[in-house]
Amino acid sequence: MEYFLQQLINGVTLGSIYGLIAIGYTMVYGIIGMINFAHGDIFMIGSFIALILVVALGITAATPVLMLVLALGLVLVLAMALTAVWGWSVERIAYRPLRGSFRLAPLITAIGASITLQNFVQLSQGARNKPLQPLISGDFQLTDGGADGSAFIVNLSYVQILIVLTTVTLMAGFTYLINKTSLGRSQRACEQDRKMAALLGVNVDRTISLTFVMGAMLAAVAGVMFLLYYGVIDFYIGFLAGVKAFTAAVLGGIGSLPGAMLGGLLIGLIETFWSGYFSVEYKDVAAFSILAIVLIFMPEGLLGKPEVEKV
Amino acid sequence: MSQWNHNPVLKVEHLTMRFGGLTAVGDLSFNVGRGDITALIGPNGAGKTTVFNCITGFYRPTEGRLVMRGGDNEAHLLERLPDFMISGVAKVARTFQNIRLFGGMTLLENLMVAQHRPLMAASSWTVGGVLGLRGFRSAEKEAIERAKYWLERTKLIDRADAPAADLPYGDQRRLEIARAMCTGPELLCLDEPAAGLNPKESLELNELLSYIRKEHHTSILLIEHDMSVVMEISDHVVVLDYGVKISDGTPDFVKNDPHVIAAYLGVDDDEVDSVEQEVGL
Repeated sequence: MEYFLQQLINGVTLGSIYGLIAIGYTMVYGIIGMINFAHGDIFMIGSFIALILVVALGITAATPVLMLVLALGLVLVLAMALTAVWGWSVERIAYRPLRGSFRLAPLITAIGASITLQNFVQLSQGARNKPLQPLISGDFQLTDGGADGSAFIVNLSYVQILIVLTTVTLMAGFTYLINKTSLGRSQRACEQDRKMAALLGVNVDRTISLTFVMGAMLAAVAGVMFLLYYGVIDFYIGFLAGVKAFTAAVLGGIGSLPGAMLGGLLIGLIETFWSGYFSVEYKDVAAFSILAIVLIFMPEGLLGKPEVEKV
Repeated sequence: MSQWNHNPVLKVEHLTMRFGGLTAVGDLSFNVGRGDITALIGPNGAGKTTVFNCITGFYRPTEGRLVMRGGDNEAHLLERLPDFMISGVAKVARTFQNIRLFGGMTLLENLMVAQHRPLMAASSWTVGGVLGLRGFRSAEKEAIERAKYWLERTKLIDRADAPAADLPYGDQRRLEIARAMCTGPELLCLDEPAAGLNPKESLELNELLSYIRKEHHTSILLIEHDMSVVMEISDHVVVLDYGVKISDGTPDFVKNDPHVIAAYLGVDDDEVDSVEQEVGL
């Protein structure tokens, strides 16, 4: 039971990170119908920017708590802003010139953008792992070790709480943005009929750019969280995390925001439980197998709408 | 001289649209009078929708100019504006023959999207909106009021929160007009607004259009096949056939124009030569 609880906590944490990245995939797919394969690398860039900022600001575990909180908040905001610039640039350079071209063209430039970003970081930052000393240590022990101290102790670390809280807050804010603001309405309008939205005065190109910017910001948050949680990053982390998050988006129903969040959570849980109970080596196989099985029975994903061919 | 030449809101000058070897519209010139209801009619394939598509930025005309002069007396060349500025800056709105609503969004949201530009400006690009600034709140409230006003005018207020795709056909048509009006247009282009409506709905449409003109001083340009609508409400009729203007004038004038009768009804075999000569073929 204790062991199960521990895996649940770990799974929700990992799922939060996947969910944040998955939103970027699902939004871009929703609005322009393409898979932004460079999104995983945007996440990686966010992580690197955060690491550089942490080092530049001289944040260490010895920093007083209040200062630490403020500094990490600053890192988060700056990483979001800078990563947003990257996301915007990728759209501007690699995708916008190809809008109106055949469907596969932006998909191929997406792969190109992904390779470019990876190699840029590899060259400029070096190929080696970049470690970061844990900045936030400490945890709550939810169970004690039993009378003889041999039972399994369930830990809920501060970092995990921070990750889950940040994710929940951001997702709530994001849902509000999409459902209640004029920007969100225009994004949903562009999703359904871009040309008509333009005729009603919506600047479609700008709306698409903002979608990329918002996706990149969430990916940056995921990047910061990843850095704080694992403490090691390299130029290649975007690939697997990107593929997982993409899987999450498809599992939840691509194009659907709640779907991306749910999918992320599920993938995180599946992966953690599989590692915890069966084997760590096959955790990716487990995650992808579930995807395959779900897609066989529900091709539109868990929360997706069935695709209706436009006549 | 007719009134529409004195104070036109839209001047179409030598508009030509070619698709490869096909000339869909050839050297078409006409004026849309300010505050008038102007009807663009013609047999199937005459190029009416192509003219609309040029006016609203779907096509870039091969030749010609489209000069829109709004109430502020500033001239806009529609063929040069990016598509999203046609409603925003030049104040031209349109509806479609095959209805293009945002089916997954509610009626109210459909009308709110049409007010995107002022809302975005008021919310300082969403930042202010998220922070809940007062300017944005009041702008949002105003936008909702305006949307409700048009929902009431089009008798759709009871279903304001239903998805647009769930509406019956006739209601969808009216919602499209309401949405176009929410952009605050000076020229409203309607592509076959009465198509598929029953006589009662058709009558209601006439009333709605007359109301829009009278109360909001919006000029209306419409494509219509239903002659009862055209003859009853329009001030000015332009007739196209094979992309060329064959008649232009008041409904009474057009009704009795031999060119129009020939285009619509055809002529006897022995008259073909004389009519062709007259038409200039």
